[in-house]
Amino acid sequence: MTAATGIGARVLRTEDKRFLTGTGRYVDDLPLARATYAYFLRSPHAHAKIKSIDVSAAAKLPGVVNIFTGKDLVDAKVGGLICGWVVKDKHGQPHKSPAHPVMAVDTVRYVGDTVAMVVANTYDEAKDAAEAIKVDYDVKTANIDLAKALDKGAPEVHPEAPGNLVYDWEIGVKADVDAAFAKAAHVTKLDLINNRLIPNAMEPRAAAADYDKGTGNYTLWSTSQNPHVLRLILSAFVLGIPEHKLRVVAPDVGGGFGSKIFCYADETMVCWAASRVGRPIKWTAERSESFQTDCHGRDHVTHAELALDKDGKFLALKVETIANMGAYLSTFSTAVPTYLYATLLAGQYTTPLIYANVKAALTHTAPVDAYRGAGRPEATFVIESIVSKAAAEMKIDAAELRRKNFIPSTAFPYQTPVALQYDSGNYPPIIDEAMKIADYKGFEARRAEAKSRGKLRGIGFSSYIEACGLAPSQVIGQLGGGVGQWESAQIKFNPTGNVQVMTGSHSHGQSHETTFAQIIHSKLGVPMEQIEIVHGDTATTPFGMGTYGSRSLAVGGSAIIKATEKIIAKGKKVAAHLMEASVADVEFENGVFKVTGTDKNVPLAQVVFAAYVPHNYPLADTEPGMDENAFYDPANFVYPAGTQICELEIDPETGTTEIVAFTAIDDFGNIINPMIVEGQVHGGIVQGVGQALMEGAVYDKSTGQLISGSYMDYTMPRADNFPSFKLGYKHTPCPHNPLGVKGCGEAGAIASPAAVMNAIHNALAPIGVKHVEMPATPLNVWQSIKGAQRQAAK
Amino acid sequence: MTISVAMTVNGKAVSGKVEARTLLVQFLREHLGMTGTHVGCDTSQCGACVVHVDGKSVKSCTILAVQAEGSKVTTIEGLAASPDKLHPMQEAFRENHALQCGFCTPGMVMSAIDMVKRHNYQLDEATVRRELEGNLCRCTGYHNIVKAILAAAPAMKSAGV
Repeated sequence: MTAATGIGARVLRTEDKRFLTGTGRYVDDLPLARATYAYFLRSPHAHAKIKSIDVSAAAKLPGVVNIFTGKDLVDAKVGGLICGWVVKDKHGQPHKSPAHPVMAVDTVRYVGDTVAMVVANTYDEAKDAAEAIKVDYDVKTANIDLAKALDKGAPEVHPEAPGNLVYDWEIGVKADVDAAFAKAAHVTKLDLINNRLIPNAMEPRAAAADYDKGTGNYTLWSTSQNPHVLRLILSAFVLGIPEHKLRVVAPDVGGGFGSKIFCYADETMVCWAASRVGRPIKWTAERSESFQTDCHGRDHVTHAELALDKDGKFLALKVETIANMGAYLSTFSTAVPTYLYATLLAGQYTTPLIYANVKAALTHTAPVDAYRGAGRPEATFVIESIVSKAAAEMKIDAAELRRKNFIPSTAFPYQTPVALQYDSGNYPPIIDEAMKIADYKGFEARRAEAKSRGKLRGIGFSSYIEACGLAPSQVIGQLGGGVGQWESAQIKFNPTGNVQVMTGSHSHGQSHETTFAQIIHSKLGVPMEQIEIVHGDTATTPFGMGTYGSRSLAVGGSAIIKATEKIIAKGKKVAAHLMEASVADVEFENGVFKVTGTDKNVPLAQVVFAAYVPHNYPLADTEPGMDENAFYDPANFVYPAGTQICELEIDPETGTTEIVAFTAIDDFGNIINPMIVEGQVHGGIVQGVGQALMEGAVYDKSTGQLISGSYMDYTMPRADNFPSFKLGYKHTPCPHNPLGVKGCGEAGAIASPAAVMNAIHNALAPIGVKHVEMPATPLNVWQSIKGAQRQAAK
Repeated sequence: MTISVAMTVNGKAVSGKVEARTLLVQFLREHLGMTGTHVGCDTSQCGACVVHVDGKSVKSCTILAVQAEGSKVTTIEGLAASPDKLHPMQEAFRENHALQCGFCTPGMVMSAIDMVKRHNYQLDEATVRRELEGNLCRCTGYHNIVKAILAAAPAMKSAGV
């Protein structure tokens, strides 16, 4: 191994060449002979009864091969889509679980709900035919406004969930928290909305399927973050295709951010219909379909209260949240606002008592599920907003109040009052470093200078914690999760000495083909160019849980380490035989087996060759071959933490916000490739700033039409919305995984909304603005300023 | 009804029969099988489909295949001089980790090359950020894309491309 390419090195990416030369292979790129094309007719109404569907005219149009509706699925006894996480409410009862038909049968429940599938010789023919399908709808009143979704008399989304309540869940002891509030010197109260977002991976979701009549095997190509999990759901719950007769391939996937975790109606239909049509079927979402049908993220209405003593020590935190589930419960939707949200409400602080109550509500909107950070950005936004508000109210410096309440470095492992046990961390040096890089001391001078130019300058902190690297399977099981949360790896040497590493993780931008190879290179000494990382195909990789929740390195990387240990252990036996030494005397370093204290050695490649051509080999006690499997189930979550500081200027005349500086200092434990980690942080920050300043999924509250349904209406962050970022690290290695790593994929998005909004409030406080909701668009900010000015004039 | 169309793509003469409504990007992807050019939206906002038509960057989802009749089209597949010699912009993207999932990358690279040439190889950060207005990336936060383009400008000049 060389320092330039092993663990910790800024190795350029193996995968780049194909992406830079136009030779990546995404689902829509696959050439499938005799392919047909699918188009889905979507509901134009948020809530309606389907009185009739007439496909007769459409079926006669040129090129149409077949048309399917929900009734065909009922007749074929196809199961509904599932929610894989059972959350028990505060009375111990499982959440309400309304049926989720793959295609609507008699009711449509959101704009975009799937009504019919047209399969034709070309995509345009399928689309033309869909326009000729006559659906007679009886339009009903829709339940859109989350804040009122649980009110008495709100339109009901499903009869199985009376009052639209999926669960009323709590954590913590309310009476204890109330008692602490009664003794508080100061109570800060905050009402906030965590705005609904649309993930917008740049590659729209796509699916293609082929059915082999001879073998009865199905192949589904899907833009999935977790092909094995998708196959499991389709086999066991939805389509009933035996798992071994269904191959799911997720080839190059153009970003996911959570939205490609779930099992969707369209990919299910493409797979199911392939055997009925008898030809391959391809489908790729148009962007407007992505807006309507990808699972959305966030969407909370929250009231929070923080109790403090006279010195600013946190005594207790109380949080009430209504979380939007949308019209149906998506695959992991129920877990997001409970176990991935309320369990994070301690943040980086010693708050001794926490109570959270979460009510999950059904509405006539697209399903809501995990989106980059999933619950943890929502928690961070609550904590970091209320802490900064408390600091302002008590006239304590925002950094000082945080520091006063940080969990001390000597307290780890630290048991929070909301179930999690943080394994490691050291928070004060992180905020110190962030303040140094952001030149916090010089801020007031910069504010004064900005004021002289007519600008309002603000600075905001966000000190986040996240629990990621999901996670101990037994804990997940106790909490209602329907799957294990381990990861797999297979290291398969070929006789010529090169190696294929099959992982259950999936890379859709995360750079596993490089970082996982660096691990193999470091541990086994195989040159980088002789390592192939294989992922995304259930036919060639061991069952694995896939990529989400910043888990690939902490869990998938750990599985690879376990497999390298098995390779080394077996290699030692073979090497001992070849060198006529005792196994106990053999050591392995930099790709070479040596007899301790001698100059006898044999390189790994020679050991591998001997294992495949075992003419001189310890066959009595060692099998031939060099091919090892490992499964790794983590002992705990991992707990990345950090502090971000955002500095911005607002033009009070236009309400426009310009981010002038952004600093992020993170503790990700040990780092395999700093270049990759920086890229993950950059992207995360921009997604979080997007939430804070511009992004918002907006439904018309009376009709349920998705108003922000295209890139002309939904503001995506662009390059000129940002300065270059300043990043840094403070490492405390994870004590319970073999690489000492934590996750880095979501941190940027988790922390940055609060940093931005705290900066906005800091900028606007001098002119009397009390509260601005996300997204802080120019209009929103301008109206807040005008409101404060009117208030002041009174 | 189909219409015959002929053009030069990456130096090769190509032709085909298309519908009047066939977009240039559909012609490239579906008729020629050149899938390096991507489609990321349906409103000409994302820029994943940018190619060069007669030397200018064009969103290939905004023009019909028949409008490119007789034109010289360059796509991401036609940039590298050889499999081992990337265009300086491609090389700069790789050196600066300016891509993650790779989906927006072809359009980004094509737009960036045009940007460098239009500014006569002289760019600053603010200009690059402003000029990337028509290209969306959801992975990189643009930080490293900006760095890559700034690094590529002098490299393109010295390479004479």
